[in-house]
Amino acid sequence: MSRAMAFLTRRKGGDAWDWTDVFTFIWLGSAVFIMFGPALWLVLSSFKSPAQLSEFPPTLLPYEAQTVAVEGYDRLLPLFSVSDDDGTRTLAEVRRVGTVAQMVDPANPAEVQRINIANRTPVREVGFSWGNYLDPFLRFDFLNYTKNSIFVTGVATLITLLTNSMAAFALSKYEFRGRGFVVVLIIATLMIPLSVILVPLYSIVAGVGLINSLWGVILPTVATPTGVFLLRQYMLTIPDELLEAARMDHASEWQIYWRIVLPLTAPALAVLAIFSVVWRWNDFLWPLIVLSRQEVYTLQVGLNAYAGELNVQWHYLLAMTVITMIPVVLVFIFLQRFITAGIAGTGLK
Amino acid sequence: MTGVKGMLGAVVTAPLGWLARLLDAPLRLWQRVAGQGGMVAFFLLPNMAIFTIFVLLPLVINIAYSMTTGAALFLPDRTYVGMGQYERLLRCTDYTNLMTCQEDQFWIALRNTGTFVVLQVSLLIVAATITALILNRALRALSFWRAVFFFPVLLSPVVVGLIWRWILDRNGVLNAALVGVGMDPVNWLLERNYAFSAAIGVTIWAQLGFFALILLAGLQAIPRDLYEAAEMDGTKPARVFWRITLPLLMPNMLVVIVLALIRAVQVFDEAYVLTGGGPGTATLFLTQYIYEVGFASLLKNPGLAAAASILMGGVLIVLTLLQLALGKRNERKGKLK
Repeated sequence: MSRAMAFLTRRKGGDAWDWTDVFTFIWLGSAVFIMFGPALWLVLSSFKSPAQLSEFPPTLLPYEAQTVAVEGYDRLLPLFSVSDDDGTRTLAEVRRVGTVAQMVDPANPAEVQRINIANRTPVREVGFSWGNYLDPFLRFDFLNYTKNSIFVTGVATLITLLTNSMAAFALSKYEFRGRGFVVVLIIATLMIPLSVILVPLYSIVAGVGLINSLWGVILPTVATPTGVFLLRQYMLTIPDELLEAARMDHASEWQIYWRIVLPLTAPALAVLAIFSVVWRWNDFLWPLIVLSRQEVYTLQVGLNAYAGELNVQWHYLLAMTVITMIPVVLVFIFLQRFITAGIAGTGLK
Repeated sequence: MTGVKGMLGAVVTAPLGWLARLLDAPLRLWQRVAGQGGMVAFFLLPNMAIFTIFVLLPLVINIAYSMTTGAALFLPDRTYVGMGQYERLLRCTDYTNLMTCQEDQFWIALRNTGTFVVLQVSLLIVAATITALILNRALRALSFWRAVFFFPVLLSPVVVGLIWRWILDRNGVLNAALVGVGMDPVNWLLERNYAFSAAIGVTIWAQLGFFALILLAGLQAIPRDLYEAAEMDGTKPARVFWRITLPLLMPNMLVVIVLALIRAVQVFDEAYVLTGGGPGTATLFLTQYIYEVGFASLLKNPGLAAAASILMGGVLIVLTLLQLALGKRNERKGKLK
């Protein structure tokens, strides 16, 4: 405990509290709350029943109303805690007429008591509405959306790694006319955002017949200039002597690429793979434009469509948002180091 | 960690290895026929083909596209109107009153985006700088604190938008907190100024960790002995910041400012999911305007959307060049000293 206190009260040096120490504590303390809080709140809310979600003020944890089977009634009756002139007791509600509820004691089902509803509160226990998670998969198209998202992410990442590394290899290990031009062209287009070429890109994708096809989402994204740039920078550091030695041993150029250069580029490939997975999983604007039929929606587009309905079913929507978040959170937990290294080194995003 | 790394490696290399072995014989033949040049072409072809078809070609077509009108999708079927679309976008009878503009939506989107860029980028840069400075103090558990700020960066914009829509809801947890401390609840997403501030706040929340990380890398590269020398001279901390930290952080700061500006100009996803451009047109931004005119509205006008996107692209190019020029000037000034 004293060590914990010593850690918590560590300061810049000296005994006096500098204002920067106080500021650091406030900044970091509120950061934990503000950065993690919203996602945590999403997860907690996603387990609540519709009735509970409409409560104001909301409770922190998800609760479920308790029900009980009472002799003589077919359905489960909701339990209430009643306190009036006769004392406090737990009763089950049979039906409610206006402000008066007809209630029975589960132990003594024959006698029906009339209770003013102002005198009773529902009995609740912490409980999770797993239906929020199951129903969208069983009843709606979310299973399909998930499959589509996984397909787009997986295929796009594989193609990105393959084509980008081949191009980066050619641009870093061979001298040929026009190489400088191609490199400049690629760097120049690093800054061209999708929103600038939206309309003509759509006409081209329509021209090759890929509207409402997952390939129409995948293909325009795979030739990332960022990926070529990143891999080329890395491959430039591989000594040419290695390649020469392999050529002496009659290795073909293709073998040099996949036997020598590719394994040596593994760290950069890993960074690109992680980024590509996150990018493609999170893509929104382009899939929103290309995919207009529900069968081909990705999770992001499906979520947006669901959130845009007139009566938003928040209990399903929140649960699906959590599911959409899971892969990215996994990447965050296990692979964060690669990503932060990638960003700090190259400004990649 | 090595387990994950190994697994990832296997997932990546297994299909590639299989493909590679399959291609080995035919490619050996191709190399014998076409020589090394042929192999270079082979390595470049897939990426450059996709790149040309889906990035370069649209870029070129866009200019032609913006000079046509009609609802036809393919360029050859469209009617040429010269600068007509640009005229329509930019013409106003009275430039002090946006409602007199022919495309008042475009001007509103332009004004909103301009306001957003100025406010969001400046707040974001200040917050990211403070965060980076704090993370750069010899903190224990640096990787934990870095992770705290970085967490929202990976979340999809749709998820970010929905998380905050839920929190800022009329009956949401933020209003519950306000009522809890005795204040009146606020209709965060249905009042113009609040909705606009929410769009700014939420995008900052989502991007802060990314930019703080780049700045932190810059701070960590500043040699320690400079600070030690300053300390020996008894230099005041504020002076140390303005004279040592900030000038040496400039290269990374410029990168951060360019990237933040470029992203702010294109703001769409988070804001669109959060507010849908509303209430009214309070959070209608340029990208949403392009999306609606080109794709979503009943009266689609792809030519107009193309013209608007070219104007936006122009702004982005100017911003990039300006920042590059500034960076060059700073470098030269540094050398002269």
